[in-house]
Order: sequence, then structure tokens, then C-alpha cells
Amino acid sequence: MTRGHIIRNILRVGFLCIVASFVLAPMLATVLGGFKTNAEIRTSAFALPDSWNWEFYGSIVSDPMFWRYLGNSLLISTLAVVLTLIVGAAAAYVFAQIRFFGSRMLFSYLLLGLMFPFATAILPLFIKVRDIGLLDTYWAVILPQAAFSLSLAILLFRTFFEQLPKELFEAAYIDGCGYVRFFWRFTLPLSTPILATVGVFVFVQSWNNFLLPLVVLNSREAFTWPLGMMQFRGEFVTEWNRTLAFVTLTIVPAIVFFLAAQKYIVAGLTGGAVKG
Amino acid sequence: MATSVASRRLSASERLRRSLNNGRVTAALILLPPALILFTLFVMLPLGESVYYAFFNWNGYGTPTDYVGMENFQRIAGHSVFQKAVTNTLKIVAISLFLQMPLALLLALLIYRKTPTNALFRLIFFVPYILAEVAAGLIWSFVFDGNYGVTASIAQSMGVESFFILADRDWAFVAVMTVIVWKYFGFHMMIYIAALQSVPEDLIEAARIEGAKRHQIVRYVQIPQIKHALVVSAFFAIIGALQVFDIIIPLTNGGPSNQTHTIVTYLYTFGLTRLNIGFGSAVGVILFIAAITVAVFYQRFFMNRSET
Repeated sequence: MTRGHIIRNILRVGFLCIVASFVLAPMLATVLGGFKTNAEIRTSAFALPDSWNWEFYGSIVSDPMFWRYLGNSLLISTLAVVLTLIVGAAAAYVFAQIRFFGSRMLFSYLLLGLMFPFATAILPLFIKVRDIGLLDTYWAVILPQAAFSLSLAILLFRTFFEQLPKELFEAAYIDGCGYVRFFWRFTLPLSTPILATVGVFVFVQSWNNFLLPLVVLNSREAFTWPLGMMQFRGEFVTEWNRTLAFVTLTIVPAIVFFLAAQKYIVAGLTGGAVKG
Repeated sequence: MATSVASRRLSASERLRRSLNNGRVTAALILLPPALILFTLFVMLPLGESVYYAFFNWNGYGTPTDYVGMENFQRIAGHSVFQKAVTNTLKIVAISLFLQMPLALLLALLIYRKTPTNALFRLIFFVPYILAEVAAGLIWSFVFDGNYGVTASIAQSMGVESFFILADRDWAFVAVMTVIVWKYFGFHMMIYIAALQSVPEDLIEAARIEGAKRHQIVRYVQIPQIKHALVVSAFFAIIGALQVFDIIIPLTNGGPSNQTHTIVTYLYTFGLTRLNIGFGSAVGVILFIAAITVAVFYQRFFMNRSET
């Protein structure tokens, strides 16, 4: 290595470290803040705490409402994923396997959802959910969430299904297997990679969703964790250490989940974008 | 003899084709409707209704009867807070295009090669993106808190008077944009990294043999090769700017004195919380038109590209 090389490398790593500290410092202060007294946060936000106070974390972990919020989010997100995958894959299978009059038109219709943001229809959605009588129930979040995820799911599923070998279907059909059974027995099991990618994507969106639950959920018993967190923040406005402990406890599962499903998350979020 | 076998075969295949057809219709009738119903009920109908409600003065109870024509749209267009919200949205677009994307590109160029250290940096830069917006907003409202937060602690250690950026009319939105860059640059960087990794190594090697310097390779080989990814990420930034909501609520809630609203927080604050369903729907329609415009430009762009 030449000297120029070394200097350039030092500059490179130095710059990366500066950006990394810009990224990590707020998160570090958050995690540590949950262990400090409020007076200590005010004087030294980034230092290690004088004494590690576990009581703020402890009081949240022992609060049944905290688990209630997480449980609600988990239930809502899981059902939204299941609904999106089954309903979306079924429709995409028809578009991939069965040619019929109007199929292209219906396909384009279902893709319209890709074009506009969730928020455009949030008020009529609120009215509709209220009139159906779903307000303040899990379904008020699950159904719209799944409906808005359908467009992307159908687009990605159809592309994938079309690449499955056609001979497989013909062989299965000779053995007396119909379209619907083939879908359950072969198409779905063979499509786990794309199901996982879309599933992870919908799960993350639903888990983090704030606007929709904010509009359609009223009672604390039904709150998802982002609503619960804002509620908690409102109750302890000046006690940052409690809020910071709460935030930390919610971002830890997110990071663990990301590390576990990294492959699918990065593929789902950037893969589609790069391929256009 | 031979012909009868052939005809029997033909009729067998004919039978197969017919029953396939029948199976087809049944399958389509079982598998397609759930998606159509769900999508129509919770996406297309509300969208259509927002266009309808936009012409009424309606608080959401009973049926809309007070038809007001274009009045909602006129009131929105003349409302200084809405104008501010649009300006803010444009500011987010500008900061994304001129600060966030160049930063993301620079970082991508520095760490796109597959080495363990690069993988670590990539992971670090991507972490803010996987956090929920509300969590990111809360973390930064703690950072910016001049009374009890990080700002207070920094001001104290430097011996200066603490400041309250989120309560400052002129600076609050700068703080919001900082958080947006922090949250999303990693996403754009990941798009560029994926694209840079698919640029053929031979191209870069060839340029190097020809005597091209590092910055020339970047300028004339790598950037043209990932142009597609750059355009895609720009569109993501614009569509994203139209939807900013979650991050504002914990940070400023639109304040101080309505200086930091975006289109969606405006819709929420002036449409939903005051139950002005007609007025809020009109904001939704405006947002819808903006999104459609962006989508049309996007398609135009790629159709032109595929033709040339």
C-alpha cells in the first residue's frame, strides 16, 4: 500500500465513523437514559449512568398494559400478513394461470393501490369502519391494512408464479388435481421465498403503522404499541427516563427481528426498487 | 384403425381441455373475489367517497346534505397553514434530493464492496430505517428537549443557555428535516449499494487500465450505470415526502403556531380531529392528485427510457 492509499483509507473510515456516531448517538442516549435519574439525564446525556437503575425498565416490563399493547400489535400484524398472503396469492394465482376475458383489466384495477398513499382515503375509511360497526376492534386495522397491501403483494406474487414450471401443473392435472387444490398443494409451498418477503414487508408496515390505529382505535385495551407509547409519553411528560425505557423496550424487538429476517427485509425493500 | 385411435386421442384431449376450462371458471370464481371485495371495500370505495364528500360541508354524522361545491377547496387553498404545509413538503423533497441522496450515494460508494467492516457500517446506517417513525420521533424529541433532554445536557456542559429548537418558529422544521435525513438516508444508500454491486467489475477494471482516476470512474462509469436506481430513489423520496405524518406528531405535533405541518398532519388536524369530514376529504383529494401526478411522471419516465 502506498502512503496515499493509507491516508485515503483513514479519511474514509474517519468519515464513516462520524456518520455512524450521528446515527448511533441518539439511540445510545435513549438506551442509557432508561437507566438514569432525570437529574442525571439533564447533566450528562451520553455518559454511562452513575448507578444502573433497573426500576424504570422493571416497572414497564411488569406493567400488563405494556404487554397488552405488544400483544395487540402482534395479533393485528400477524392477521394482516395472513390475510394479505392468502387473498393476494389466490388472486395472483388466477392472473398467472388462468387467461380469461377482462383479466388484464382486473389486474390493473388491483394495482391501482400502488399509486396513492394511505392517508388520501383515511377519513372515508374512518366513516366506513364506523358504519360497519368495527370501530375500536382489531378488524378496523387489519382489513384496511391488508387491503392496502394487496396491490404490491399481487404484483410480486404474479411475477413469481409465472416463473414456476408449467409442466408441473400439467402433470398434477393428469393426476386429477384441480386448480384450487394445485394452488394449495404446490403453488404456495413452492413460493415460500416470495411469501416470506411480502410477509415480512407487510408485517413491518403493520407493526409500525400509526395513522390508521390512531384514527380507528379509541380504548387503551385495543391500542397497538405506537399508540400505547404516545399515551405513556403523555402520562410522564417530564420523566424522560420512563419514556426512554419504553422506547428502548420497543426498538429492541425491532432490531432483533431485523437481524433475523435481514435477508428478506433488504430484498423486499430495495430489491423491487432496483428492478423497477 | 389408425384414424379411430387418433380421433379417440383427439376427443380425449378435447375433453381434457373442456374440463380444464370448467375448472378454470370455478377456480377464478373462488380465488379472485376475496381480493376484489377487500380491495374495493377498503381502498377504492373510500377513495371514491373522499371525492364525493369533498363537495360537502359534513361533520360525519347522518348523510352529507350540505352541498358546498368547490368551497372546501377554496378554503384550503386560501388557508395559510395549508400553504405552509405544502412549502414544508417541498422543503422535504429538496432536502432529500440535494442533501440526503448525495450523502447516501457517497456512503454507498464508500462501503458497497463486500467486506466485514463495510457490512457493519451498512448495518449501522440502516438501523434508523427499521425503527418505527413514532419511536424515531420520540427519540429525537428527547434529543431536542432543551429542558430535560440531550440539548439541555449539552448546553449545560458548554455553559451556554439552553435552547428550544422545536419551539422555535424558524428552526423547528430544520430539526424535523434533520430527523427525516437521519431516518431515511440508509434506505437510499441500500438501494445504491444493491445497484453498485451489480455494476460489472470488468467495466471498472477496463476504465482503470485506461488510466481513469477513482473520481473519474465514479463520475463516468458507476453513476451512469446506477442511474436507474438514482431515479427510483428520487421518486421514493418524493412519494415519501407526501406522506410524512408519524414523525411530526411526537416531535412538534404541527407546532409551534402551525409552522411544521405537512399535508397529512394538516389533513389529520383540521379534518379529523375537528370532524370536518368534507374539508378533510378535500385535502385527501388534493393529496391524491399530487400522488397521481408523481406516478404519471414516473411511468412516463420509464416508458421513454425503454423506448430509447
